[in-house]
Amino acid sequence: MTDKATIVVHSGDMDKLYSALIISTGALAMGMEASLYFTFWGLERLIKGKLEGGALSKMHLLGLGKWMVRRRMKAANVASLEKLLQDFKELGGKIIACEMTMQIMGIKRENLRQDLIDEYGAVGAYIQEARESNITLFI
Amino acid sequence: MADIKVDVRGETCPVPLVETRKALRKASPGDTVEIIGTHPASKKEIPMALKALGLKLVDIHEEGDVWKIRIGV
Repeated sequence: MTDKATIVVHSGDMDKLYSALIISTGALAMGMEASLYFTFWGLERLIKGKLEGGALSKMHLLGLGKWMVRRRMKAANVASLEKLLQDFKELGGKIIACEMTMQIMGIKRENLRQDLIDEYGAVGAYIQEARESNITLFI
Repeated sequence: MADIKVDVRGETCPVPLVETRKALRKASPGDTVEIIGTHPASKKEIPMALKALGLKLVDIHEEGDVWKIRIGV
């Protein structure tokens, strides 16, 4: 078994995407390998220009809650999702995009952030990553 | 034998840990990496990461809210 973390990023909510990216870059920083499998609403965040577009999973309040949380995050100097993704890639993290989600939602490769995506795959790609991981999460 | 300095004062989770790892990946054997920061949890986490990476913690030093960690590559 490899010292590796594999995370299914199913949710497109801003806070959950933060959790997935903080855990996976943290794993890389501590010497592990890491893979992120983006599917369903999570994959929507990899459409060009949509990275920061997710709602809050709780207390979104038609955007007011998100605005308040973002303001507090800015005051606490929390890194942007873009920086976390760039760090994830720089430290050797792997990103897989779910092909079935692309089909269902009519997303073409050229609509996606191809600069970030290493592989387009299906469930087999996730299982191959997960079976050799000692941490696997569904977020 | 370069002395690499990383200033993460005011940065929060996971930036100090991630910037440490980025600097360590770029460093050459014999270099020293010095991290200066204020995030309390990172002061504990960086030594944990060093242990996992098999790297040497040369010195850890704290003055008020600011800590300095020196790493031998």
